[in-house]
Amino acid sequence: MSTTHSTVEEIHSHGHDHDHDHDHHELGFIRKYIFSEDHKVIAKQYLITGILWAFFGGALSILFRLQLGFPDMNLEWLKPILGGWIDESGKLDKEFYLALVTMHGTIMVFFVLTAGLSGTFSNFLIPLQIGARDMASGFINMLSYWFFFLSSAIMFCSLFLETGPASGGWVVYPPLSALPQSMPGSGLGLTMWLIAMALFIVSSLMGGINYICTVINLRTRGMYFSRMPLTIWAFFFTAVLGLLSFPVLLSAALLLIFDRSFGTSFYLSEIYIQGQALPNMGGSPILYQHLFWFLGHPEVYIVLLPALGMTSEIIATNSRKPIFGYRAMIGSMMGITVLAFIVWAHHMFVTGMNPFLGSVFMFLTLIIAVPSAVKAFNYITTLWKGNIIFTPAMLFSIGLVSLFISGGVTGIILGNSALDINLHDTYFVVAHFHLVMGAASFFGLLAGVYHWFPKMFGREMNKTLGYIHFWLSFVGVYAVFFPMHYIGIAGFPRRYYSFTALGNNAEAAFTDLNAFISIAAIITFSSQAIFFFNFFISIFKGKKASQNPWNSNTLEWTTPVEVGHGNWPGEIPAVYRWPYDYSKPGSATDFIPQNVPYSATPESNLPEETEEIAIEKDIEGLLSAQNEVYNR
Amino acid sequence: METINMQEAKQTRTMNPKVFTMWLFIVSIVMLFAAFTSAYLVRKAEGNWTEFELPNLFWISTIVLAFSSLTMHFAYLAAKKDQFNVLKTSISITFVLGLLFLVMQFYAWGQLVERNVYFVGNPSGSFVYVFSGLHGLHLVSGLVVLLVALVSAFRLKINANALTQIKICSTYWHFLDALWIYLFLFLVFNN
Repeated sequence: MSTTHSTVEEIHSHGHDHDHDHDHHELGFIRKYIFSEDHKVIAKQYLITGILWAFFGGALSILFRLQLGFPDMNLEWLKPILGGWIDESGKLDKEFYLALVTMHGTIMVFFVLTAGLSGTFSNFLIPLQIGARDMASGFINMLSYWFFFLSSAIMFCSLFLETGPASGGWVVYPPLSALPQSMPGSGLGLTMWLIAMALFIVSSLMGGINYICTVINLRTRGMYFSRMPLTIWAFFFTAVLGLLSFPVLLSAALLLIFDRSFGTSFYLSEIYIQGQALPNMGGSPILYQHLFWFLGHPEVYIVLLPALGMTSEIIATNSRKPIFGYRAMIGSMMGITVLAFIVWAHHMFVTGMNPFLGSVFMFLTLIIAVPSAVKAFNYITTLWKGNIIFTPAMLFSIGLVSLFISGGVTGIILGNSALDINLHDTYFVVAHFHLVMGAASFFGLLAGVYHWFPKMFGREMNKTLGYIHFWLSFVGVYAVFFPMHYIGIAGFPRRYYSFTALGNNAEAAFTDLNAFISIAAIITFSSQAIFFFNFFISIFKGKKASQNPWNSNTLEWTTPVEVGHGNWPGEIPAVYRWPYDYSKPGSATDFIPQNVPYSATPESNLPEETEEIAIEKDIEGLLSAQNEVYNR
Repeated sequence: METINMQEAKQTRTMNPKVFTMWLFIVSIVMLFAAFTSAYLVRKAEGNWTEFELPNLFWISTIVLAFSSLTMHFAYLAAKKDQFNVLKTSISITFVLGLLFLVMQFYAWGQLVERNVYFVGNPSGSFVYVFSGLHGLHLVSGLVVLLVALVSAFRLKINANALTQIKICSTYWHFLDALWIYLFLFLVFNN
């Protein structure tokens, strides 16, 4: 924009100027819904892709649960779908079982709970809740989705290879993954896996850079860091985690690609395969594990933090109470973010690492219990004596808190380097991380969808179906993962096709429990169809939503029901208070939105808030400076 | 009133979003190379590590790249003062020096081969190729950014009132320079 623009002119003309540029200009179908630069459309693209991936990843888990729960079952009837992967005796192919486990993990961790969760809600909520017209760079944001789409497409195609998709577990440890001749899945399937992941990392980085830049630079006037909703704080820390850890995964993947395709020996040393000695000398497979888990552990929090942030918002809104310990919540998220980077080796206790180093990592790992407990207690104390409104979103949020606690407690057990010798890679670990990170984050995702659906599509989802969906999911998840702890303690290792070689007749003793888990998994998975149905029907046929259906304080509810490009038809509202003024003593309503100045609520102001009235004019005076950023 | 507004404005909006995006991009590259150099140290500590001398050309190429950073800075100063001829000359010299650096890196690989250090072999040698190769790849991207700025400079689109582009370009270029000096010194002291 030309710099000779007079400031006076800018102040007067800008509001209309901007509207003119963005709202009255109709975009074609392709620019509006496919290659869109609007953060709301991109968020919906992420959400729908994520939902489709979730059903796909879930279906894969049902397949291997059939094998684990009913090892003697005849799976002939799956032949029309799986073809050659069902062998002559009607059993699941052993190699394909490994591929199923691997792809289930990869899809759920990266494509559903990273892209589908953070991609959806960071994109949707950051500009709306901080009061910005859009992301810092709409173009990079669009690229971010399409890189993710390309990555998804490649990962999806790899499922249909004759040699099968990657099968070395979602961690793809070398040397198994570095040598194409080691197993069928380490051939083309793994090459495609690596390409897809490289694209995924690029997509995540572009998204993360945008989120951080937007949160720091595009907040509306008065939206100080101390007034940001906890959702935004959570998305911010998530993006920081991603920015710092995804490049490390890229470096691990690059070295793996060099080992696989160019013959280098970063991860390979002194290997005999099929009776032949390989020329590779001097590599170290442990090196890969260090690099991988330097991402891998922060990734857990990349998955979990957005869910926790949304839960804070939903619980405060539906308890009609201020969030308990706002600053403690921010502090604990910051603590989790820092600790996430210095605990990675607790995934590697049994790699033969120095026991002293193990103790250090054990100590750091157990410290994470402190910020996690702060968060759990703050959720409970926010609920305490609140006027709780049980919307489906609220139920899923409370469910998240429950899962977070019961999954987190076993984390303290697993964090012990001595106990881990026994529990490493058993179903105890599987149960632990599915509760604390898988199911908890998934509940956060669902809570977010139920809560912000009216803002996304201007309609409401059916509540009754929401309640049925919640109770089936909640009971189902516990029925699947609680018994799994016992199977783990009994010594069942994860990723095994069958347990015929287990001593003490353990396989027979746990047959019923394994079958029970599989049935519970099938019921839980099937009940998600209720959500699928509810979601897609409500987009078109749902009850029209009001502007602020949950009587919430944050800025997104000040936009019209059908949010246009640029988010606010007029000027962006200013922010005068924190987002948690629920049931404030003295106030006639039980909520005071962030854009209501203290001067309008003398009856409920605290003494220090009355003092702030003096600077409210200054905040409004920042309007022209704020608008300038969109003119550059 | 005016001054108060400016101060508060800085509280909510601290930096040009484009320049800020560039810095965040740089952070991700830093993490990429931090991972590589950490991997180098971890791997080296495990033993079975071939030792060899680094190519002499690395010393010269490092000086060339450092010098290009200097001319980049001259270009930025010139743009600030609207001295278009100095800007055009310095930005062109920077571009040529960048190309020269890449060529020298390539010949340095030749020197490595002469010392029987190949990309495939003991990781101690492979790492040198990975460091210089990936840095070179990033430098190519830097050259693209530089070329865009160079074209803008010749079209007189960069001036004291439109500094964002050259600011982004010079930030990235200085970073790539600093990155190579870090990698080179790292190799000198850890080889």
